[in-house]
Amino acid sequence: MNYNVDESGYYGQFGGAYIPEMLYPNIEELRENYLSIMAEPSFQAEFNDLLKNYVGRPTPLYFAKRLSERYYATIYLKREDLCHTGAHKINNTIGQILMAKKLGKEKIIAETGAGQHGVATATVCALMGMECIVYMGKLDMERQRPNVERMRILGTKVVPALSGNMTLKDATNEAMRHWINHPTDTHYIIGSVVGPHPYPDMVARFQSVISEEIKKQLQNEIGNPYPDYVVACVGGGSNAAGAFYHFLSDEHVNLIGVEAAGKGVDSGESAATTALGKAGVLHGSKTLLMQTADGQVIEPYSISAGLDYPGIGPMHAHLFETGRVQFINVTDDEAMNAGIELSRTEGIIPAIESAHAMAALKVMELTKDDVVVINLSGRGDKDLESYIRWGKY
Amino acid sequence: MENRITKLFARKKKNILSVFYTAGFPTLQDTVSIGIHLEAAGVDMIEIGIPFSDPIADGPTIQESNKIALNQGMNVELLLNQVAELRAKLKMPIVLMGYLNPVMQYGVEKFCTKASAAGVDGLILPDLPIDEYVKHYKELMESLNLSISFLISPTTPDARIKKIDALSSGFIYAVSSSSTTGAKKEFSKEQQDYFRKLQSFKLTHPFLIGFGISNHKTYSQACEYGAGAIVGSSFITCLKESKNQQEDIHQFVQSLIS
Ligand SMILES: Cc1ncc(COP(=O)(O)O)c(C=O)c1O
Repeated sequence: MNYNVDESGYYGQFGGAYIPEMLYPNIEELRENYLSIMAEPSFQAEFNDLLKNYVGRPTPLYFAKRLSERYYATIYLKREDLCHTGAHKINNTIGQILMAKKLGKEKIIAETGAGQHGVATATVCALMGMECIVYMGKLDMERQRPNVERMRILGTKVVPALSGNMTLKDATNEAMRHWINHPTDTHYIIGSVVGPHPYPDMVARFQSVISEEIKKQLQNEIGNPYPDYVVACVGGGSNAAGAFYHFLSDEHVNLIGVEAAGKGVDSGESAATTALGKAGVLHGSKTLLMQTADGQVIEPYSISAGLDYPGIGPMHAHLFETGRVQFINVTDDEAMNAGIELSRTEGIIPAIESAHAMAALKVMELTKDDVVVINLSGRGDKDLESYIRWGKY
Repeated sequence: MENRITKLFARKKKNILSVFYTAGFPTLQDTVSIGIHLEAAGVDMIEIGIPFSDPIADGPTIQESNKIALNQGMNVELLLNQVAELRAKLKMPIVLMGYLNPVMQYGVEKFCTKASAAGVDGLILPDLPIDEYVKHYKELMESLNLSISFLISPTTPDARIKKIDALSSGFIYAVSSSSTTGAKKEFSKEQQDYFRKLQSFKLTHPFLIGFGISNHKTYSQACEYGAGAIVGSSFITCLKESKNQQEDIHQFVQSLIS
């Protein structure tokens, strides 16, 4: 079974590049060049150097002893929360800013929901001295004030998206519109494995360093690169793509994607795309999408702004359809409880997105010999307000 | 029966005025009456927009009309019924323009079949990739006598313009600038150079210039280079502010063409 993108940009029936003609030259330029640029030794050298000395990679694969005792299994946490800026998002923005430079672009735009991708983009733009505009839903700007100020401190202009419900989907719309209006000098750094081909593949490749490291680290730890399970949360799906990437063809490794059920899958306030979505086209690709019978996109809901997106990357739609990845979903409350549990057992306060991945432990049927790797995609600093508001600790 | 778009362009080589409006805006039932007023006012063709929740190629004016139409309950089924009603009262070509997703959910084949039966002459689906069209829908649309118009923009490479020309039927939609939809006051020198280039290509299909046409000046500039012009956002603004649609539509069209 092939789980990677094919030559025309598809993962099974999903993917492609469903874009207005005005964006065609940009996407085509990227499609023609991304693989060869990524293969250039000078690109590789700079990318690896920045990941090591700036981001702080490799991130630890931490054996969570107390958690393992509690769940009768061998549980490792991949500590993406220890990356510079506090989440895996920066693996992608480092890669894409180097890509933008190679393509001769002068300006950067990005969308952001929780603000993690916005901060990671603002950070690399400061690092490279490039002008940066980040679109963020007006509602999210109010919900995630500290990240807005972080971006501003870094010299980025944060523009409120005022259309739709003023959240991540609308910020993405605005970023695409900006790109249509500034097609030649600007690169759009998409924050997840979404968007038109080649974005999903390019972002997955930049994030694939996560599973590359897991394999090496597990080999050292247990003398075997293969865990029984890899677990990651799925918003658009970039941290999951990175954590799964090098295990996709190792079919004996069970891969679990955790989506946000919000207030419950059937509550009408959810972001569990594989449970609720149907094939559709949004933001340049054909994928599973939460939508009405009339094909209008439904506004999702999750306590976690980073999982609050009505679609998933096309590769995940394919991984879901083929059954290679098992998708489960957990509610706001289950995720928050798992976040508190991790804080109390291991002294790690996770991002609420990552807390969704932690909550999977409760529903997995584990035995003592099972080796589980959970991708801890980010740290909880940005979510302090949400933890406080939730209050049950 | 011969396609009304083909017939129009065979009869009229210059100064074609095509007007875009969003179905179900300003009120749900206006789709029909606006079309009738436009024909009476001397317009050559209409493009009716199928509203979508996430219109990424559109500026604020058309975005807002989409949102209002959807809130009022516009959908593909209702639109096709309105178009059938409109067709009974209208001679000019009717084009439906919309993003792919609502059409896909309705079912592309069912959509095309019903649209054709309702008297639609052509489609514009800005986010349908050309290769997808060729692979899955070309035969279907041809068999139903539905034309398809693809977009080109100032950044479209020359070779691709020719490919688009070869695959289009009816007319080509030349987007005037690298931008989303929205009214502009005049065209720059670069834009006019691009129009001249298109003219020099001697394409098989006529092209209409759209995006940014808002007044007599931009309309006549567009007509100088192309077969005519497409007006959208400024007409939506006219509708939004109108107290008497028949009179205001007449005035709007007059202000463009004379
Ligand atoms: C810490 C963290 N994890 C996960 C996500 C979800 O994104 P993705 O599914 O692309 O990894 C986000 C997005 O903001 C995030 O900040």
